[in-house]
Amino acid sequence: MTAAVGTLAIELAYWQQTALRTVGVLVAVLIPAGTLVYVFLFKMMSFMQSRLGPMEAGPYGSMQLLAEVGKWIQKEDIIPWRADHRLFALAPYVVVTSVFLILLAVPFGPDAWFADLDVGIFWVLAVSSISVLGILIAGWASANKYSLLGGLRAAGQLIAYELPMVLAVVGVVIQAGTLNLQGIVAAQHSGEIFGFGGIGNPFILTQIIGFFIFLVATQAELTQAPFDMPIAESELVSGYMTEYSGMRFLLFFIAEFASAGAFAAVAATLFLGGWALPGVDLDADYMNVVGPLVLLTKMMLVAFLVFWARFTYPRFREDQLQQLAWKILIPLSLVNILATMALKVMF
Amino acid sequence: MTVTERQQRAYVDAQAADARVNVELETDEGMTLNIGPQHPATHGTLRVVAKLDGEQVVWADVVPGYMHRGYEKLAEVRTFPQVTTLVNRIDWLGSFANEVPFILAAEQLMEVEAPARARHIRTILFEMARVANIVLFLGDLGAQLGAVTPVFYAFRDREHVLDQIEAVTGGRFHPNFDRIGGLKDDLPKGWIADTKAVMERIRAFCHQVEELLFGNEIFEARTRGVGVVPAEVGLSYGLSGASIRGSGVDWDLRRDGGVTGLAHGDVDWKVWTHPDGDSFARCWVRLQETREATKIVDQLCDGLPGGPIMAKVPRIIKVPEGEAYVETENPLGAMGYYVVSRGDLGPFRVKIRSASFSNVSILPWLLRGVYMPDIITILASMYFILGDIDR
Repeated sequence: MTAAVGTLAIELAYWQQTALRTVGVLVAVLIPAGTLVYVFLFKMMSFMQSRLGPMEAGPYGSMQLLAEVGKWIQKEDIIPWRADHRLFALAPYVVVTSVFLILLAVPFGPDAWFADLDVGIFWVLAVSSISVLGILIAGWASANKYSLLGGLRAAGQLIAYELPMVLAVVGVVIQAGTLNLQGIVAAQHSGEIFGFGGIGNPFILTQIIGFFIFLVATQAELTQAPFDMPIAESELVSGYMTEYSGMRFLLFFIAEFASAGAFAAVAATLFLGGWALPGVDLDADYMNVVGPLVLLTKMMLVAFLVFWARFTYPRFREDQLQQLAWKILIPLSLVNILATMALKVMF
Repeated sequence: MTVTERQQRAYVDAQAADARVNVELETDEGMTLNIGPQHPATHGTLRVVAKLDGEQVVWADVVPGYMHRGYEKLAEVRTFPQVTTLVNRIDWLGSFANEVPFILAAEQLMEVEAPARARHIRTILFEMARVANIVLFLGDLGAQLGAVTPVFYAFRDREHVLDQIEAVTGGRFHPNFDRIGGLKDDLPKGWIADTKAVMERIRAFCHQVEELLFGNEIFEARTRGVGVVPAEVGLSYGLSGASIRGSGVDWDLRRDGGVTGLAHGDVDWKVWTHPDGDSFARCWVRLQETREATKIVDQLCDGLPGGPIMAKVPRIIKVPEGEAYVETENPLGAMGYYVVSRGDLGPFRVKIRSASFSNVSILPWLLRGVYMPDIITILASMYFILGDIDR
């Protein structure tokens, strides 16, 4: 978004650009996270469970989130006596950082992105693993057995589901012929399905298997039901977050929903055509304003699927989850890659 | 660079924290995990101590008693009619059912019999307590296994049952309505039609839960083959209720108990069993029992006899000397009261046999060798109420 300033022909010093980028990425992380919490966690979940959700704070409870954040900030900052204080304090920041880094490579418009990385999607998948480190640190540093079990479960799970996620993306990369996310958007915009180019070629049509594998892996990466063993509240109290309270818990909470938003944005970019709409000019300046809104809408669509499953299914057991990853998703995604390669060569 | 005292202490603390965790991890017996007394899965204050090897349970034991309220002793210093207000609080989700066996035992000692209408209404309320109790179990089952939604449906529909119970007795949770020789009051006007509508609703809820949970592949994977109780082992541990019927034992005190003072014999109903003995079987039997209970209520509402609701009993109740034991099929299983009277206003001694206490006694045997998530499945499927364990 901040790079859009460049098209307005304003010369900015490097530090000014950096400051703008920082504000921009904060907005890009926090606005989708807040929207997801309000729309899905507060309202959609409530409607599914035949209740209203928050109604008092602001019209239709829309200010509830501010109230919650205010509450968390006020709370006492508790660090268990036996905890490793420094690591305990560090862990939430590591997890949040990973979300910021994911969004770095996601384009919001022709010029509206934070960093033009040629290895875009590779970068996204690489930095998304950093959160595992934060979760492991949190699990270990809390000096709590439930946290430890949760942290280890999270590590096992996130590593197992990295693979299907990467393999699902490979199909898209083969079709687009580039790792650059902007390039993937352009490839979908200019693509054709059997000679018909009216709606471009959103890869969800040709990579539908990849899309579903990506969604399942996303669900597992976000540790949301049915893959929420690391925080399984009926078993592990709250897993690696058990000992966290106040501001630090808030950071974990933001990270959870911001990464849901970030992964949904990545999925929207990879499979739904990103910020582009069929029939618009990709270089048009107004797309720098419309593009983020389009991406937000597509992101909400993907997030809807993710949260729908979250509020519906019971959770797997740890071994069943690993079986799903290794015995079903990974072979399926390998077959998907082979099929994509064969078709790419043929046509 | 000088090291401050604070830094030094922080370093020592950090090392000590590592060391403590390590010691527990590296012993041969594995890690000891205290599940409870404060833990979301034990819905109350049950404590399960488990030795884990990785996530596998090597050894487990149940430590009850964190909510012991001494009702057996308290009953000794109360008059007979006052005891019902205590025992209401044993299985707090199906309160009315707790009163029934005690009142029946007292009636047996006094040799009075409640009139037919009182027996019918008593049975209706008894079965509605079962519905209120098990509906919540069905919802909570989802919550224990990680599905957050069914529990809200359960609370929503249970509320209607509680409304009906409140309309008769004046108490949502603790009716305190059963009397020696009958009931406190008759049914209010229009109650029967409302109740039948509510029972229809509960059947719809059962259908919904069956679709949402019991047909779910993840639910089946989590419960089938988990926590298998063979019938003879279950019987030797004194399991009762749906926990033993889930192992294929066709035994229901409503049918086989020979209890007078309830009207189960007057209606047409079925005892459900399941041959598998695993967690799924126990949950499935409970689901079917809820449906059966709504049918019992419907039939009793249709065939409600007229007449008085109270037998002739003296104003001041003195129970003649003697001993009596009455056991009924409560929502959680067999619940019995052994009442000893010395001819006073109050009982000399009351021994309460509650279902959950016997049902959780099998847990050390059952939990050995299972994985950590299965502990929760098994605890949920055994279905206990903490008040019913500790009394």
